[in-house]
Amino acid sequence: MAKELTMEQKGKRAQANLVANHIFRNAVCVFLCLLSIVPFWILFVNSTRDSVAIQSGLSLIPSTHFFENVEKLLYQCNENVPLWRYMVNSFVIAGFSTILTVYFSTMTAYGVNVYKFKGSKFAWAFIMAIMMIPAQVSSIGFFRFMYQMGLGNNYIPLIIPAIASPSTIFFMKQYMESALPLEIVDAARIDGSGEFKTFNEIAVPLMKPAVATQAIFAFIASWNNFYTPSMILTGQDKYTLPMFVQLMRGERFRSDYGIIYVGLVITILPIFVVYFALSKYIIAGVALGGVKE
Amino acid sequence: MKKNKHKTVEYGRYGYFFIAPFFLVFAIFQLWPLIYTIGLAFCENYTDTMFNVEIGPTFNGLANLKDVLISKDGKLFDTYTCHALGNTLIMWALNFLPQILLALLLAVWFTDTKVKLSGQGAYKVMVFMPNIITAATIAVLFYSLFNYPNGPVNQILTSTGLLDEPYRFFNSKWATRGLISFINFWMWYGNTMIVLTAGVLGISPSLFEAARVDGATSWQIFKKVTLPLLRPIMLFTLVNSAIGGLQMFDIPKLLTTSGYGDPDYTTRTMTMYIRDLAFTGSKQVGKASAASLVLFVVTLFFSLILFYIMRDKDAIAEKKQIKKAQKAIAARKGAN
Repeated sequence: MAKELTMEQKGKRAQANLVANHIFRNAVCVFLCLLSIVPFWILFVNSTRDSVAIQSGLSLIPSTHFFENVEKLLYQCNENVPLWRYMVNSFVIAGFSTILTVYFSTMTAYGVNVYKFKGSKFAWAFIMAIMMIPAQVSSIGFFRFMYQMGLGNNYIPLIIPAIASPSTIFFMKQYMESALPLEIVDAARIDGSGEFKTFNEIAVPLMKPAVATQAIFAFIASWNNFYTPSMILTGQDKYTLPMFVQLMRGERFRSDYGIIYVGLVITILPIFVVYFALSKYIIAGVALGGVKE
Repeated sequence: MKKNKHKTVEYGRYGYFFIAPFFLVFAIFQLWPLIYTIGLAFCENYTDTMFNVEIGPTFNGLANLKDVLISKDGKLFDTYTCHALGNTLIMWALNFLPQILLALLLAVWFTDTKVKLSGQGAYKVMVFMPNIITAATIAVLFYSLFNYPNGPVNQILTSTGLLDEPYRFFNSKWATRGLISFINFWMWYGNTMIVLTAGVLGISPSLFEAARVDGATSWQIFKKVTLPLLRPIMLFTLVNSAIGGLQMFDIPKLLTTSGYGDPDYTTRTMTMYIRDLAFTGSKQVGKASAASLVLFVVTLFFSLILFYIMRDKDAIAEKKQIKKAQKAIAARKGAN
């Protein structure tokens, strides 16, 4: 009898522990979520307030000066800093690099996965190995070589290298192994389809989910890139949005806090929209990309 | 039969066409620039600012490397390059250790079947968010938030009475370094957490069950089941973070006032220094290339160390034993 009681007590205590644990863990997670949101919330709220109000104290409630700040920002930008043009520039560069990255990475993965040729294993090992070489260490040679080829202040050095993206190839190959049975390729051959036609019309459509995931990542990576554009682009009309962010630290914009905050909001708004619309796929993509072996 | 074989060989040939664009672009835009950079590291090449003429590149052996590693009064590693490398390593370590610990903790929580957390999806979405926002924007955002004297953080600290007067965060070496590390931590722990969570979910649930039936505590399960089986993914995460972290650029570049590693170059990272050398003042391309070479070697070194530390000791031992046994069998056969 006494034993049973203690069992019951034990059970109760375990139950209480579980509940306490649950509350504690949720509290930590909520705190971390706040930590992620609060800086952006302050950014957003401050973009709706005027400079004087921002300097006099913190507020977490949006005010009504958003469009006023946008107007002031555009006025301050005037002709020398064409903000909308930067947005278009960023969009063009990111768009083209995304298309090149996903198409050619799928192509390379297809080449390694479908064909057995001399050196295919070595090619694969090589692609994996160069993932470990960061682009930044060769930036001096890259910069000089691009200028020697007459590609300085040009978008080509920002777009064409997107063709060689080992991490995307890795992802594509992983996906291809399960999504593209080699029998389909054989069947297409029997039907008389050429190799490239098979790739474009059968393999690529089958890879659509992987292509979509990687396209999101490629686009965001290119959109956010500051390192390479700030090295290659010298003409102010060719700048991208991250370079506009750098401009905003200059004296011209520093005078008015509302302007800075509204400028930052404009640069991240597109990404926010994309992220919250596609967060499910993005997070699934991150999880898939990391699972190796 | 012979005809068939011929056919497969013919198809195999197409593989080269499919991988050709990758290798072509890689060779032009990555491999050649890398070789070129390494070559320039052994050349004298700078711009004479007085007459604005480029000197070199002419081969000068190890002079640049010596310049980069040994100071003028002969002290080893007492140079701007090594200081920049030190800054990078400090800020990387400060962000990385808490990042991996928190990510591991959250991964374990999110996969715990005993205490099921509802709303995991929302937590993941929120926590991952900073990772995809433009790093340049985040740097300028934090620059504004920690501004002196009227940045929001100073406003909070003074209005709640935690500080008597606003604090100049960007005048303190450790405050700035800490802030850069924090931003990196804050941007990346969500990513690491999602990868590790996927890793834990990939472990067969029957293993956890078996351990629990055997009466293992949560800590024992974590140490003896989760961690060893997470090894490949941990290796991937560690190597990725080491490679990425050592190239840190956007945030330290845009967070401080001047953009040259305030205060007093204590937050200047390797990539910042390399670019300062090569693109400003007398454009010391040779020296910058030597510094790039150092960064390359250090990055490789860290990756290899991680591969070594994280190697599968049991599998290696097993392989050795198998080889030994095979040898023994062969020897016995030979004797017979």
